[in-house]
Amino acid sequence: MSRMKFWIGSAVALILGVGLPFAPINEYVFYAGYMVLTFVVMATAWNILGGYAGYVNFGPPAFFGIGSYAAVVLFKSLNAPLAVQIAGAALMGGLLGLGVGLLTLRLRGIFFAIATVAIVFIMETLMVNWRYVGGATGLQLLRPPVELYASYTRMLFAVMAAMSVAAVALARYIQTSWLGRGLRALRDSEEAAESAGVPTLKLKLFACAVSGALMGAAGAPMPMYLSFIEPPSTFDLNYTVGSLGGAIIGGVGHWAGPIVGAILLGTLQQVVTVTISSEMNVLVVGVLLVVFVVAAPEGVLGLFKKAFKK
Amino acid sequence: MNGLLKIQNVSKTFGGFTALSGVSLEIAQGERFGLIGPNGSGKTTLINCVSGTLRNEAGSIEFDGEDVTRLPAYQRTRRGIARSFQIPRPFHSMTVAENLAVPLEYVVHKGSLHMADTRAEALELLRQMKLAEKADTPSRNLSQVELRKLELARAMAARPRLLISDEAMAGLSGSEVEEVLEILFELNRRGITIIMIEHIMQAVMRFSQRVVCLDAGRIICEGAPADIVQNPEVQRAYLGA
Amino acid sequence: MFSLDLLLEALLFGVLLGCFYAAVSIGLSVSFGLLDVPNVAHPAIMVLGSYCTWLLSARTGLDPLLAGGLLMPAFFLLGVLIYRFYYETFEKRGSEAGVRGLAFFFGLTFIVEVGLILAFGVDQRSVEAGYIGRSFSLGDYRIPMRMGVAFAVALLLTFSLSVYLSKTFTGRAIKAVAQDEPALRLMGANPVRIKQWAFGIATGVSALAGAMLIIVSPVEPAMDRLYIGRTFCVVVLAGLGSMTGTLAAGLILGIVESVVLMQFGASWAPAVAFGLLLIVLGIRPQGLFGR
Repeated sequence: MSRMKFWIGSAVALILGVGLPFAPINEYVFYAGYMVLTFVVMATAWNILGGYAGYVNFGPPAFFGIGSYAAVVLFKSLNAPLAVQIAGAALMGGLLGLGVGLLTLRLRGIFFAIATVAIVFIMETLMVNWRYVGGATGLQLLRPPVELYASYTRMLFAVMAAMSVAAVALARYIQTSWLGRGLRALRDSEEAAESAGVPTLKLKLFACAVSGALMGAAGAPMPMYLSFIEPPSTFDLNYTVGSLGGAIIGGVGHWAGPIVGAILLGTLQQVVTVTISSEMNVLVVGVLLVVFVVAAPEGVLGLFKKAFKK
Repeated sequence: MNGLLKIQNVSKTFGGFTALSGVSLEIAQGERFGLIGPNGSGKTTLINCVSGTLRNEAGSIEFDGEDVTRLPAYQRTRRGIARSFQIPRPFHSMTVAENLAVPLEYVVHKGSLHMADTRAEALELLRQMKLAEKADTPSRNLSQVELRKLELARAMAARPRLLISDEAMAGLSGSEVEEVLEILFELNRRGITIIMIEHIMQAVMRFSQRVVCLDAGRIICEGAPADIVQNPEVQRAYLGA
Repeated sequence: MFSLDLLLEALLFGVLLGCFYAAVSIGLSVSFGLLDVPNVAHPAIMVLGSYCTWLLSARTGLDPLLAGGLLMPAFFLLGVLIYRFYYETFEKRGSEAGVRGLAFFFGLTFIVEVGLILAFGVDQRSVEAGYIGRSFSLGDYRIPMRMGVAFAVALLLTFSLSVYLSKTFTGRAIKAVAQDEPALRLMGANPVRIKQWAFGIATGVSALAGAMLIIVSPVEPAMDRLYIGRTFCVVVLAGLGSMTGTLAAGLILGIVESVVLMQFGASWAPAVAFGLLLIVLGIRPQGLFGR
């Protein structure tokens, strides 16, 4: 997609995202939409490390969670406005990404993956034991009156829409620039990339930090959204499924894949959860994930590409 | 001797297995140097230690007067050491030209990317390798000899002063071997120091000014090609004791 | 403050627990440690084994250990099938399939966990046996008998697997395929069939591990997540491919977890395995006895 088309498309998406909540549409649309947009950001963030560099991250809940809790701490201690909460959350997410990366990126890919699983549990345990943010039972938050929009659901939908556009733009920039080429080189052959002058460790750390920061940012509005925070729903496995699944099913390695995947999965999630059950939803996504990983590794985008080549 | 590369007492072990033991070597600027030895003698391990793909436990590696032993591979490449891989490792998700763009962007134009026209440079490199028509072909669709040439082209894209060619001719036909040999001769004419690892003896002997033979991680013979070929130690190493 | 008595009790319990952890990790020691298969689904399959044990034991009145043992051949076959599928789809295609292989096992974990929820609900299940609910005395301490049983089975399992791998021909072939596949091919052996066999054994052992799991405590579908931490911690701490290391690592984990439980309470216990894992990865990724 040419640069011009992308920026026009982004502008349209942004205007729609910010303007739609003013329209007299059913509140449920924005409720579901907020979740879908959260997954767009999460899947896009995951794709930067998992798709471009090839390092599978099973820890999205940890990064999302640290973002949510950072926002809560900023709100509770300083009464910080949402923008500051998001910035703080992104910072914490980025630092966590950097930390995990420093610890394990020197090792093989699977050790990184396992470390990310560990991080989720450790983060959750830490939050469970921290009284200040409510510990195991959680914390109720008194939200300031909502500005500009009719409800928090609408306002946060707009915020998420803006965040999605920013995240996708960032992902696209990374992908099409020399950074993306370096990441792809190290994914294709780390040794050859090093020999070709690519500072593989630094690039991996960069991808880790950016990915973590975006996920942290995605987690920041959630406490305001629910006016409540607690460990189990914050560190929910669903975020792993949504990020991984969204990116893999949509198509890794391309910035558009996570959008397609997240929207597909998000919609599917709403449909299945409402008509059958929420456990069934996880099962369906799990099956889809396996099917795609086995049969259609390039995701939906790849399938489209093949269809158009004929 | 104007030593571009000084390898001093390098040793490398894998678990209980000693791949290299006290190897010392000096290679002059502009030299054509041949490295031979039976399979498993440590040639590729030595090369890996020089390029930084592996770290040697003991000994030092000095390039152009600087101790590079502790440097990661990408920094050695930036200082002028480039290598091809024995089994070609193209960036398979990219086209041929994009493969070259990587070293061009990360080594040559590191500081001034916005001014770089990497496509033109890549095409020029490919022209020298006679691969120009394949510039936009996905690298996973190349033939064996084309992959070998891509390996060399990618190494050359980093504008090295020392090029290590690791069995670039293995499995190629007679005329293909000639092609690659001619490319290497031409590169050397332009001032690039070349280390050649090969099993194709006539190529090594024609190309090298000096040859070293490794066996079981040690240097067993060093000298002019004609002398090496007749050396009984070398013959014994190849035929097996 | 710090009571020596409590500490000793924690240590004792830790040793028992540790052997149990070693036993449930040993299947992973083979599949991930020796064969390099990123089998994150190992704990989930073990929990599946627990549920199958529960079903069999509840329906037929069989002793759960016996039930677990009877399930082993079926799980062996399951392992063979899984490995075969994994090999054909991923391993054959080279390292670029690494990410996908990992995602595959992750998806498998998911499917098993949710499948169990859908089939059995989220409630805990437990089994009954003569040795569950009773305890015996060792000096001043009372030890739950089921822990003693698990301890004994664990030792037996570790010991026999160790012996198998070092003394029998197939066992040694399995160890060889991890270290030097080309040499194995030269000897005329088929590495794929050996790996298949080994993976089958690892999965078969998981059935018994699952039986032990449900003997030691009630199970629920989400338990696999906790055990991902414990099993990988043990395997990584041991050093990939070391059977005796697995026992040592299991003991270390068991003792640390037990002491933490005593000092800081149950809310910190889940993080112990994962924390230890991260520490090992950071300081000494090759583990205690790694190759």
